[in-house]
Amino acid sequence: MIKFLLMVNKQGQTRLSKYYEQVDIEKRPSLETDVVKRCLSRKKEECSFVEYKDFKLVYRQYAALFIVVGISDTENELSIYELVHNFVEVLDKYFSRVVTQIMFNLDKVHIIIDEIIQNGHIVETNKNRILAPLLALDKMAEAH
Amino acid sequence: MALKIVKGSIDRMFDKNLQDLVRGIRNHKEDEAKYISTCIDEIKQELKQDNIAVKANAVCKLTYLQMLGYDVSWAAFNIVEVMSSSKFTYKRIGYLAASQCFHESTDVIMLTTNQIRKDLSSPNQYDTGVALTGLSCFVTPDLARDLANDIMTLMSHTKPYIRKKAVLIMYKVFLKYPESLRPAFPRLKEKLEDPDPGVQSAAVNVICELARRNPKNYLSLAPLFFKLMTSSTNNWVLIKIIKLFGALTPLEPRLGKKLIEPLTNLIHSTSAMSLLYECVNTVIAVLISLSSGMPNHSASIQVSFSRHAHAFVLKYLGLLAMSKILKTHPKSVQSHKDLILQCLDDKDESIRLRALDLLYGMVSKKNLMEIVKKLMLHVDKAEGTTYRDELLTKIIDICSQSNYQYITNFEWYISILVELTRLEGTRHGHLIASQMLDVAIRVKAIRAFAVSQMATLLDNAHLLTGNTQRNGICEVLYAAAWICGEFSEHLEDPMATLEAMLRPKVATLPGHIQAVYVQNAAKLFATVLRGQEGAPADSTVAQETSQLLIDRLPLFVQSSNLEVQERASCILQLVKYIQKLQQKDVEVAEEVTALFAGELNPVAPKAQKKVPVPEGLDLDAWINEPPSGSESEDEGRKSKGKAVFAKEESRHTKPRYTEVDEKELAKRREVRKAEQANNPFYIKASPSSQKVYQDGVGVEHIPVVQIDLSVPLKVPGMPMSDQYVKLEEERREKNKADKKKKKDKKREKGEKGRRRRADSGPESEEDITPAHMVDIVTEEMPENALPSDDDDKDPNDPHKLSANGLIDYEKSHGIHFGIRMVQSVCCGFACKSICWAPCVNTAGYGVDRPPHYLSPHPSLAPLLQVCDIQGNLQDGSQVVVSVIFENKCDSFIKSMEFNVLDSLNSKLQRHDGAGPHDGLTVPFQLPPGISNEARFIFSVQNIVMPQKLKGTLTFIVKTDDSSTHEKLDFKLHFTCTSYLITTPCYSDAYSKLLESGDLKGCSLKLEGVNQPFHHLLARICFHHHFSVVERIDSCASMYSRSIQGHHVCLLVKTADQTVSIDAKCDEPALLGNVLDEIKLTFSQC
Repeated sequence: MIKFLLMVNKQGQTRLSKYYEQVDIEKRPSLETDVVKRCLSRKKEECSFVEYKDFKLVYRQYAALFIVVGISDTENELSIYELVHNFVEVLDKYFSRVVTQIMFNLDKVHIIIDEIIQNGHIVETNKNRILAPLLALDKMAEAH
Repeated sequence: MALKIVKGSIDRMFDKNLQDLVRGIRNHKEDEAKYISTCIDEIKQELKQDNIAVKANAVCKLTYLQMLGYDVSWAAFNIVEVMSSSKFTYKRIGYLAASQCFHESTDVIMLTTNQIRKDLSSPNQYDTGVALTGLSCFVTPDLARDLANDIMTLMSHTKPYIRKKAVLIMYKVFLKYPESLRPAFPRLKEKLEDPDPGVQSAAVNVICELARRNPKNYLSLAPLFFKLMTSSTNNWVLIKIIKLFGALTPLEPRLGKKLIEPLTNLIHSTSAMSLLYECVNTVIAVLISLSSGMPNHSASIQVSFSRHAHAFVLKYLGLLAMSKILKTHPKSVQSHKDLILQCLDDKDESIRLRALDLLYGMVSKKNLMEIVKKLMLHVDKAEGTTYRDELLTKIIDICSQSNYQYITNFEWYISILVELTRLEGTRHGHLIASQMLDVAIRVKAIRAFAVSQMATLLDNAHLLTGNTQRNGICEVLYAAAWICGEFSEHLEDPMATLEAMLRPKVATLPGHIQAVYVQNAAKLFATVLRGQEGAPADSTVAQETSQLLIDRLPLFVQSSNLEVQERASCILQLVKYIQKLQQKDVEVAEEVTALFAGELNPVAPKAQKKVPVPEGLDLDAWINEPPSGSESEDEGRKSKGKAVFAKEESRHTKPRYTEVDEKELAKRREVRKAEQANNPFYIKASPSSQKVYQDGVGVEHIPVVQIDLSVPLKVPGMPMSDQYVKLEEERREKNKADKKKKKDKKREKGEKGRRRRADSGPESEEDITPAHMVDIVTEEMPENALPSDDDDKDPNDPHKLSANGLIDYEKSHGIHFGIRMVQSVCCGFACKSICWAPCVNTAGYGVDRPPHYLSPHPSLAPLLQVCDIQGNLQDGSQVVVSVIFENKCDSFIKSMEFNVLDSLNSKLQRHDGAGPHDGLTVPFQLPPGISNEARFIFSVQNIVMPQKLKGTLTFIVKTDDSSTHEKLDFKLHFTCTSYLITTPCYSDAYSKLLESGDLKGCSLKLEGVNQPFHHLLARICFHHHFSVVERIDSCASMYSRSIQGHHVCLLVKTADQTVSIDAKCDEPALLGNVLDEIKLTFSQC
């Protein structure tokens, strides 16, 4: 299962974090910096899977944005690798400029993630269906 | 009232929203913490207001701050308030905050049960959805129990959007409230055939997770899943299903046979790598469970993998899968050796580590040297210490596996081990040491070679101990000293080795190593004596040897380590007695050698265990009634009290022992021999059966390069083990040719005591004969050992075998020392004064004064001599200064305190709580004429400038009747050179560095230098910590690195006594200073 999902910029600052397994709030920053350090220090030609403690990290880089997913040993690394791309495609479809806009629309990114992943499992991969609740919400906001 | 509302809305206009907060944090990079704390204050104010919009905005901001790592648990109740808002936009914010901040122990969760139930049954599907999503993050056992029924109803909701979420959250509910599984399962099973693919996928997910925990209960669903697998087109779902089958097949072999067909179809048809990977993984699992093996299918896996292995993302997964295949089908992996060796060159560490794991299972006699050679190259190139350590252990594992099964040339192996000792900062010194011991003890034919190698190691011990961070590697000296002492008959120049073992620097080694040094110095002494007395030379040479020991041993007698102290005092007394005999022209060599007579054989790890307990012996019964607790305590105190006076006593007893005459001695020896003969545990002496090593090749090419300057310098050249690889190839060629000539005589030469596993690889290994008649000594077992094999280790586990063996050898060495000490006491040689207090009587002792010693004070007693200032590689701000203290006066010096006036830039590292004026106590005292070394650590901030630090040493000089306080001022000169660390660099990396353009240049011309070029290079290497990267004729490139990672590159050219140095560095100031220092070095000569 998926243990956590992080969105990090190139400086290693966390832009978004979502945990599916309870991690103490005190331990989160150190875990995040450690995980991010592992991934950022890797070169482009190195592979996207990192063994870390008792689980694995799958990461992908999109311009200045890194997406890191922590998964348990039983998960299929490649399917998560593809899932990350799927997620980014959804973001791309909804936001015009992903990197800056996600910073100011974190709540919306959260809605998207919640539609894709629920309690650590993939729940939806169809882009239209993922975006449906968000678009409905936007319509509600416009009506006001 | 109206005014209040207006005021509220105006306030709201000035409120920060999330965007403002994010922007604000960005704009306050310098004082982020302060800015955030004001924001939190604002948020607290906002939460106090009645307006739900303001509250929601505040909660939204809190969620962001929580993500940044701030604790917001104090706002839990406000979050619940926002959750219960009737407006979806606010409710959503509340649920999001709850899902991020709440966990099982958040107490307000109890308050939410009814709110959540209301939301779950809301007519708006998004209300329900957001409640389900939130719930999945913070569901507690109580919530699960209370809401299980509501969620179960939602599983049959009309909207698929709700159905899929409800199905997925059931997994969490099952975990928290297992009783819900039984009633919910039928409905869950129904959902597998839901018309909506999303719901289907959710159900598959849940059942797969459940099945992973307890596969047996889900076997009945196999046909249903089989149908789904052939019909579904969603790759994510397929992966899950295939994973599930992977868990089910071990329980139901028939399933495996059925699966192979559709899986191989999928492998060949799918374009999705993830699915392909999952299929292959499952096929492997299936093949393993079908022990019969299906060669044609495994072949198809191979094909699919080699087809894709070039894509680098897949390399890692491919290797992972291969390691699974390796366990059951080693042969099919071995054919991919080249591919795996290629992976070792990969830039990615995780790929390299995986490849290493695979290599372990792939070596054979034929390819071992080649593979290890490749690994050694990687060791040199490796950057991180962790990876280098991993490589080192792997090399040793690979070579030593199954009782050195694959090694054909042990000379090669020894030189590999010696090369490994040059690794900087490794933690595995003890591993190398135990391998050296193991090989030297068990392979008799190699001993001569091993001893010569170890002697060079000992002679160059300063290379290994020069740096504090290399502490791990000095364990090697433990092995080296022991091997040289034990097999000293093979030494070419035992006197030189003896001298090397008694150098004052040895006193800085860890105690257990010093103890081995001292003990083996005694063994060497015996050998030296025998050599000298055998020759007709005059007896003064032998006496000088004794004098050397008498001079040097007091240093060890003062050691703070009890073991070292005890051994040193014993041996010192022994040597003194021998000297006395020598002065009377008595031949003692034979007697002394007798102390260490007998050969040590390795003892099997279980030897002791297998000795049967003699009948009628009850080991648990008390021989005497145990004394009561208080008594024994008393006893202990008494004996302690006695020990204080032990010194005096021993002085009195001394003369008595010297009176023991030869007859008495001979008689005692006879008694001892008889005792030994009857003692099954005593390892008996036998006439030396070692084969003298005759093949001359290799001995001249001892891997430590000797240069006329005794400097720690590594001239790059071909690593020595390479020669063996070449020799081996030639030898094999020759062997082949020979064999063709005399086919009738092609029986392989004896390989006694060697086991060969049946499945040792695809190559026909019989073609390779070992280079030497190698006789691996099998481990000794006691004669009356029980043939119980029930507890024998798994023969397929070579790791365990060798590891255990080694530990036991070490133990047996320890016992060995003990036995011999007892012997020497019986002989009457050593007087009984094994006193714990250090011996006071010491002789004068001088040290050559090195060129740059820094003691401005002219006459006073101790001389400080800074022998080494070295940066600490692991910590860019640390410099280690080794100082030799030598007592040149006739009085005893004690209570030395070393202090340095801290500058802004450099500080002496003191104990916690010590102020800048507190000195560091030097951890030893100095009797007259003795010197010792202490190390001090300085923290340095800026390393681009050289600097001088003033310091003082205070101490007490103690003469017979008085003691005086004295002070000595000195200066410490930190040159820029001392911040450089010799770092090897490869020419390709070097040229890349130069091309990068980050470095700034500077140059230097030296006139009138009339030294040979290689001397010049050696001088730069030694004095300025550089290493030669490449040398062509009279031109050389050199490299070094500062402790803070600055690269320093030199290009040195020479022509007609003029040397020009072009230098580049990323820090011009540092470079300028280093060049000045180089100039100074050459102007001094």
